[in-house]
Amino acid sequence: MTSLETPPAATATDLQDERLAAPQGFRDHLRGTVRRARDGDLGMLPVIAGVVVIWTIFQSLNATFLSSTNLVNLAFDMVSLGVIALGIVCVLLVGQIDLSVGSVSGVAAATTGVVMVRHEQPLVLAVLVAIGAGALIGWLYGQVLNRFGVPSFVATLGGLLAFLGTQLWLLRGQNAINLPYDSTLVRFAQVWFVPEALAYLFAVTAAGGFLAAGLLRARKRRRAGLSSVSTRWLAAQALALGAALVFAVYYLNRTRGVPWMFMLFVVLVLALQYVLTRTGFGRSLYAVGGNAEAARRAGINVRGVYTAAFVMCSTLAATGGVLAAARLAAANQSTGTADVNLNAIAAAVIGGTSLFGGRGSAFAALLGVLVIQSISSGLTLLNLDSSYRFIITGAVLLVAVALDSAARRSRQAHGRG
Amino acid sequence: MTTPAAPAAPGEATTGVLSLRGVSKQFGAVAALTGIDLDVAAGEVVAVVGDNGAGKSTLVKILSGVYTPDAGTILFHGEQVTLQSPAAAHQLGIATVYQDLALCENLDVKANLFLGQEIRPWMLDDIAMEKRSWELLRELSARIPTLGIPVAALSGGQRQTVAITRALLGRPEIILLDEPTAALGVAQTAEVLNLIERLRGNGLGVVMISHNMDDVRAVADRVAVLRLGRNNGVFDARQVSSEDVVAAITGAADNAVSQRAARRAATPREGQENP
Repeated sequence: MTSLETPPAATATDLQDERLAAPQGFRDHLRGTVRRARDGDLGMLPVIAGVVVIWTIFQSLNATFLSSTNLVNLAFDMVSLGVIALGIVCVLLVGQIDLSVGSVSGVAAATTGVVMVRHEQPLVLAVLVAIGAGALIGWLYGQVLNRFGVPSFVATLGGLLAFLGTQLWLLRGQNAINLPYDSTLVRFAQVWFVPEALAYLFAVTAAGGFLAAGLLRARKRRRAGLSSVSTRWLAAQALALGAALVFAVYYLNRTRGVPWMFMLFVVLVLALQYVLTRTGFGRSLYAVGGNAEAARRAGINVRGVYTAAFVMCSTLAATGGVLAAARLAAANQSTGTADVNLNAIAAAVIGGTSLFGGRGSAFAALLGVLVIQSISSGLTLLNLDSSYRFIITGAVLLVAVALDSAARRSRQAHGRG
Repeated sequence: MTTPAAPAAPGEATTGVLSLRGVSKQFGAVAALTGIDLDVAAGEVVAVVGDNGAGKSTLVKILSGVYTPDAGTILFHGEQVTLQSPAAAHQLGIATVYQDLALCENLDVKANLFLGQEIRPWMLDDIAMEKRSWELLRELSARIPTLGIPVAALSGGQRQTVAITRALLGRPEIILLDEPTAALGVAQTAEVLNLIERLRGNGLGVVMISHNMDDVRAVADRVAVLRLGRNNGVFDARQVSSEDVVAAITGAADNAVSQRAARRAATPREGQENP
């Protein structure tokens, strides 16, 4: 308190304030993580704990739940809903909502079926038309919000009905359009797996990449005179990540293996996470969700950001719809209806995305959909009908949001915003 | 210091970086500003005071490029300029810190500082941004312990610091502060006043809009009074008394403030003396 001279040069620029507790090594990082969690900065912890609890319960009720076969199915089944939930994260981040993702996914599924089967066009064209329709719908929502100031809640509620109608009109009384089993799309969603050796390579590369990126960043920070994480802490994290991934690959490969469709989902999650955290555009999504007026004054094109968020959401919803049709090998009247909307939104929120904008991540969609799909899969194994599924999913959503609110209060009390 | 303008030598403070001559603005039938003259030099704090409706906000908006004046000229380094948009004003070297600060509370300090002007937007250079943030904060001797926390976790004074620091990113020559101490406590106000003195020390011209006579007298070099959209005198802040400024603001030596003071002087309470 008494010394006023500048701190010695050995102290990193960002740690010179004497009020700061500076982490030095492995133990300090671990301790800091625990302290952050206790203050309510829980990050992904609650949802990971939720997955563990749900898996434990279902495994104790039915020993096949955690079997390799069932987890492979889970990896297949979560992709469609997960991709839709990724889109929901985008619109929730800017403080908007899209209630029509289910219908949009249904329209995309029906479009794929119509173009591919009824008009006998190539698969690529069918998928492009379906996803392009999704992008167009998102652009439309953006225009309705920006030009007419219609709240997205209302506009997309209208869209929910209108696009459900479009889906039924496209199918024209046919209950379903069956996609041929030998088409690439269906095979991709049902029988294509990453070769075992390649899957291990992916797992090891992911951990190695994490470590390399971390070390590179730490070295750059040291050169810039900023604090950096200890190499041992990074190595420990990379090792844990690598071990988890290798084990997952090993376990899934005991039966069928890692689906390519699941890899597509992982790539989409990582790509969105990169866009959200490492680009100026991603930052403007958070900024618009946090304080649209401040973002506007900072020179951000707020209307453009809204439009981009809706386009991303509807495009991802359409992609999810195509994948749902592929998984079922059919586009039918109920694709994307019933609980798809609410499950996608619930997945994003369970994963920790705020309904009020400005907070969330791509991993939120991944973990949230894992929770929801686990519940669904577990109850199916127990031969319980959908009534239980709705009730339990609803309860989990309530617990997740309540926990999030409590954590937010704790964060505020501990000055972590 | 990194600011381009050198601190003004004593005695030359009258040749301004920014000068307004006869600036007027009309809203329908209402003349919000009529023939306003104002000079701001490098290394000088000019306080603009006035009652509600005196035209302070309109003046800020003209200087920050939100409104264009109907008449009059704006001179920047002696050359006539037009401020078409906030971006144009910023480009020229006039930065504005609005009263509501316009920060995103969910983003951390460095994200807020570089919002809308990120370094390498397709692969954010966090390290360069953090380094530059610390440089700026050190220049201002600002006391923000860490840049990694969301702005929501900062105090009012710290938020004001962040907002002012952000304004400095574009290396402006003139900085406009709209009611910088309005919502702050005693200690935080002092913190912000220190910050304003450091801005002056770094050679910036500061225009400070304020209601608070104590703050004005504490940091300003000159006080420009607006009344009903017109200039009503420019005072040397070190010489003028609060009564004179209040008289200029209200337009009469016999005003509500002086009447109140006289009343309280006539009936002094126990243990309390009035000047």
